[in-house]
Amino acid sequence: MTTAYDIPIRQKRSDADGNAQIIAVENLCKTFASHTVLDGINLSVNRGETLAVLGRSGTGKSVLLRLIIGLEKPDSGLVRIHGQNIVGLTLDQIGEIRKKMGFLFQHAALYDSLTVAENVAFPLEHHQREMSRSQRGDRVRQLLAEVGMESDLGKMPSDISGGMQKRVGLARALALEPEILLLDEPTAGLDPISSGEINDLILKLQHERQMASIVVTHDLYSAKTIANRLALLNEGEVVIEGKFEDLEQSNIGFVKEFLKQS
Amino acid sequence: MNPAQPGPRTLILNSAVSSATGMVDGFFEWFGNLGMFFWQVLHAAVTPPYEWRELIRQLDEVGSKSFPLVVMAGSAIGVIISLEARYSLSRFGAKSLFPATLVYTVIQVMGPIITGLVVSGRVGAGIGAELASMKVTEQIDAIEASAINPYRLLAATRILACIMMLPLLTVVADACGLLMGWLAQTLVEPLSFHQFIQDGFKGATFNAFLPQTFKTAVYGLIIGLIACFQGMRTRGGAEGVGRAATNSVVLASLFVILADVVLVKFILVVFP
Repeated sequence: MTTAYDIPIRQKRSDADGNAQIIAVENLCKTFASHTVLDGINLSVNRGETLAVLGRSGTGKSVLLRLIIGLEKPDSGLVRIHGQNIVGLTLDQIGEIRKKMGFLFQHAALYDSLTVAENVAFPLEHHQREMSRSQRGDRVRQLLAEVGMESDLGKMPSDISGGMQKRVGLARALALEPEILLLDEPTAGLDPISSGEINDLILKLQHERQMASIVVTHDLYSAKTIANRLALLNEGEVVIEGKFEDLEQSNIGFVKEFLKQS
Repeated sequence: MNPAQPGPRTLILNSAVSSATGMVDGFFEWFGNLGMFFWQVLHAAVTPPYEWRELIRQLDEVGSKSFPLVVMAGSAIGVIISLEARYSLSRFGAKSLFPATLVYTVIQVMGPIITGLVVSGRVGAGIGAELASMKVTEQIDAIEASAINPYRLLAATRILACIMMLPLLTVVADACGLLMGWLAQTLVEPLSFHQFIQDGFKGATFNAFLPQTFKTAVYGLIIGLIACFQGMRTRGGAEGVGRAATNSVVLASLFVILADVVLVKFILVVFP
């Protein structure tokens, strides 16, 4: 039987600008019961690049992110992070790779028994044990300041709004200085002003940190604002992938319909 | 009637067979999943990094917070056994056996099982509901996404805390049962505590009491394992959380009682 470790680690591929390929999914398939959610997906993201994944509800956009971070196992296909296939790794093996990844959940998924500051400190406490309490406190304040939440350190997640929870979730995702950022519907359910603030924040972080990011969203405006490339999913397949202009110029009926309705 | 169509009796039989097969499948699937869950927790528990801080928090959660409940349950059991034993022994003219009857009944039989059931109610429901709530709100996924093994952080610590605290809580329940049992007796018919203890433990060996007390570590394993398993596999929002809490208590209590049957026989064979 071939295991993940038997597959040789690929040499990092580079594009014309010399940016290494950080995330690659190859022929990814996932079925729940008899419903095929993803059917042979191929995508890649380079360092410093943001890919927006668009599509109707239930087309497997969030499942794709969960497969990339290893929260779900694919039926077939590969997920390569820095060239290493993560499918089939044990929890502890995949943990080493996840330290380089930040994940913002659709509903933030903050730990409801911890304060805002404790939520952000949580990954640091577990992975940077050598950090002193005061250093950790400083780092938490710095992260929360980056997302504009420095004045809410002691609040509980239930005491802050959905938009604020997403900001805290983003700060937590950035705590370990990831090279990869996965964002699941970062602006869903937010008012236009909060959405704009989150978009600006993501753009700022991208500019400063040069991470490889995948953003799953319904929000075409948000996708156009923050992403270098867009991929449109329908019925488990990538219908089109490219820049926003490529989507606008496409003659594919579903693409035209999606843009029209958005 | 068309001969190709199955009759109503055949349809009912087919449906009964299919539902029985489904139940058997479900039963074995549940045990298979529980076995795999246990293996993952065991592996996580014995490999570093160790979650000492969370373990201490859980020891407090399981131990200190169950303490008042165990004290009350143990005391009540002591009084009940004292009242019943005095009445029965008087009828047979064996009142002098009262201290030994109380000591043996409380320590060997009632203390361990009552502690197991009380803890499975309080801790089983608590762990089941807490983990289920974390599961449906994606907090467990968030832990995993933060490169932290949830089997190590959430399950191993809770199960270990249950294993470690159950014997200690049993000693507390036993002590309260004996004290209150003696008090109930002495209010009716004065008996010095010293005399009660001397008569109660006359000729007793460690084998008579220690295995009965330490078998509750197995109850702890059962309670922690089932509650964590039910909680961490929850699906379906608030309803799922409620179902996980209920199932945790029901299954943990049931398996504690079933385990007691096996353990009593085992102890009688190994520690005659």
